[in-house]
Amino acid sequence: MSAELEALGAKISRALPGAVTEAKVAYGELTLTVVRDRWLEVAAHLRDSPDCLFVCFIDVTAADYPQRAERFEVVAHLLSPKYNRRIRIKTPASEETPVASLVTLYPGADWFERETYDLFGVIFSGHPDLRRIMTDYGFDGHPLRKDFPMTGFVEVRYDDEQKRVVYEPVRLSQEYRNFDFLSPWEGVHYDLPGDEKASK
Amino acid sequence: MNDQTPAPDQPAPASQGLRNFNINFGPQHPAAHGVLRLILELDGEVVERVDPHVGFLHRGTEKLMESRTYLQNVPYFDRLDYCAPMNQEHAFCLAIERLLGVEVPRRGQLIRVLYAEIGRLLSHLLNVTSQAMDVGALTPPLWGYEEREKLMVFYERASGARMHANYFRPGGVARDLPDQLVEDIGAFCDPFLKVVEDLDELFIGNRIFKQRNVDIGVISLEDAWKWGFSGVMVRGSGAAWDLRKAQPYECYEEMEFDIPVGKHGDCYDRAVIRMEEMRQSTSIMKQCVEKLMRAENRGPVMAPNHKITPPSRGEMKRSMEALIHHFKLFTEGFHVPQGEVYAAVEAPKGEFGVYLVSDGGDKPYRCKIRAPGFAHLSAMDFLCKNHMLADVSAILGSLDIVFGEVDR
Repeated sequence: MSAELEALGAKISRALPGAVTEAKVAYGELTLTVVRDRWLEVAAHLRDSPDCLFVCFIDVTAADYPQRAERFEVVAHLLSPKYNRRIRIKTPASEETPVASLVTLYPGADWFERETYDLFGVIFSGHPDLRRIMTDYGFDGHPLRKDFPMTGFVEVRYDDEQKRVVYEPVRLSQEYRNFDFLSPWEGVHYDLPGDEKASK
Repeated sequence: MNDQTPAPDQPAPASQGLRNFNINFGPQHPAAHGVLRLILELDGEVVERVDPHVGFLHRGTEKLMESRTYLQNVPYFDRLDYCAPMNQEHAFCLAIERLLGVEVPRRGQLIRVLYAEIGRLLSHLLNVTSQAMDVGALTPPLWGYEEREKLMVFYERASGARMHANYFRPGGVARDLPDQLVEDIGAFCDPFLKVVEDLDELFIGNRIFKQRNVDIGVISLEDAWKWGFSGVMVRGSGAAWDLRKAQPYECYEEMEFDIPVGKHGDCYDRAVIRMEEMRQSTSIMKQCVEKLMRAENRGPVMAPNHKITPPSRGEMKRSMEALIHHFKLFTEGFHVPQGEVYAAVEAPKGEFGVYLVSDGGDKPYRCKIRAPGFAHLSAMDFLCKNHMLADVSAILGSLDIVFGEVDR
């Protein structure tokens, strides 16, 4: 199975010279890392090329890696019902650099890209209607970014005097505690402060 | 399909200024299946444009998961599609197991399949009967709920909870089933087939049900793939595609069942397919019950690796090692090797997938939940265009939408 996927990855890389920077098979899944400017071209090839036929759209999402120069990784999953195969394509993006929208190829990408824009702030160029979808009307910020606190910034309540719902800054009676156990539990390596002296 | 607009022999005077009509459907409409707000643009009674507003039930599950351990995250999955809670847990557990490289023991797999099929019955019973209610029949949901109640009792007897079970765990299921419960599930199957027969007679052949559903919300197979449809929505359009057959997980490979396929891709075909799937699920349940009662299928229900699964209570009373394992597992949790996987199951509503990225820590770095209902609902505008206003609720009913999973 994985040899077959590796061959497919190599074949796609050959068919689109310079577009695929990495083709990797891990956990039985094929992942292609794509140059951002050729995102749409790769997707079109995957959908239409007779030995790919990834006609079924599955998912578009992103992941946030704030330490990278281009912090987001836009990830799409596609499925080929004919060959019974899945593929994952990725491309790096930042807050300013738009990624081409897949809506022209897969109309189902519409809401998935809106969601990615809403929760991460990734911009999709050529999207017909890039509005927020999940968060509240008039929401500010992109909640799935790593620098957005889990508790958020505002909370709502119904105010009986004003007879409407009001927004207020979040007030926690106890601060949210994110435990880090720093444990020497097997299979984990933590750099404890001062360790570097011992290993020298 | 402009021929549905008013007859051309009576043109409205231009001076009157014809204009389209916008109405709000929901968020508190009984046929909206939860908290959906549809903004419908109508030309007379013909729907020109549908703009669904979702997110009223958005709880930020994916964000919450990033600051909780894998074990603490399992219950969130019950709260997605709350009509078939265990099927969601299943996808999450499969994703973790694939990263960890853990094999679920045979008995654990059988129990998972049994409960995944119970989940399918729970979901289909609710959906098919409420689809009938959306087009005007009040009795079917009452009949459906009676059966759902029995199935929820099976949930309760296995896990202690009627809905939010938290029963599937990475490495297996939380505890073994008592023999009496397995027997009772076996005894449920045959009378249930009779109920399916009754439901079939009650509304599937009904003239009004047919008038409201046949040739409504038709989608071709090509469009269905492009719109990211899965499950009953593609089977209704003629694809014999079922992840349980195509990419089998657990012990589905050895189960015998058929995939019902539709011809027309309309709302009626989808309802009929769901009815047939209930019969097929019952057959799978029977096979599981029969296998669970066999002596060779007794044994552990969880992988014996106590870095991932808790030791038994008895062991904990005697062994210091077991006590440490228990303590560490429920405080720190387990660490999942670095990597990313996409694991999908054939949930009752379609392909439910979990894209899990691990950085090697005890919490998911990123967990994207791919809900089938989200893709289906996004095609509302495409499906409803040029239909009558009354068809909107029929189409919505046949999409099988649950807002727990759409909004996450």
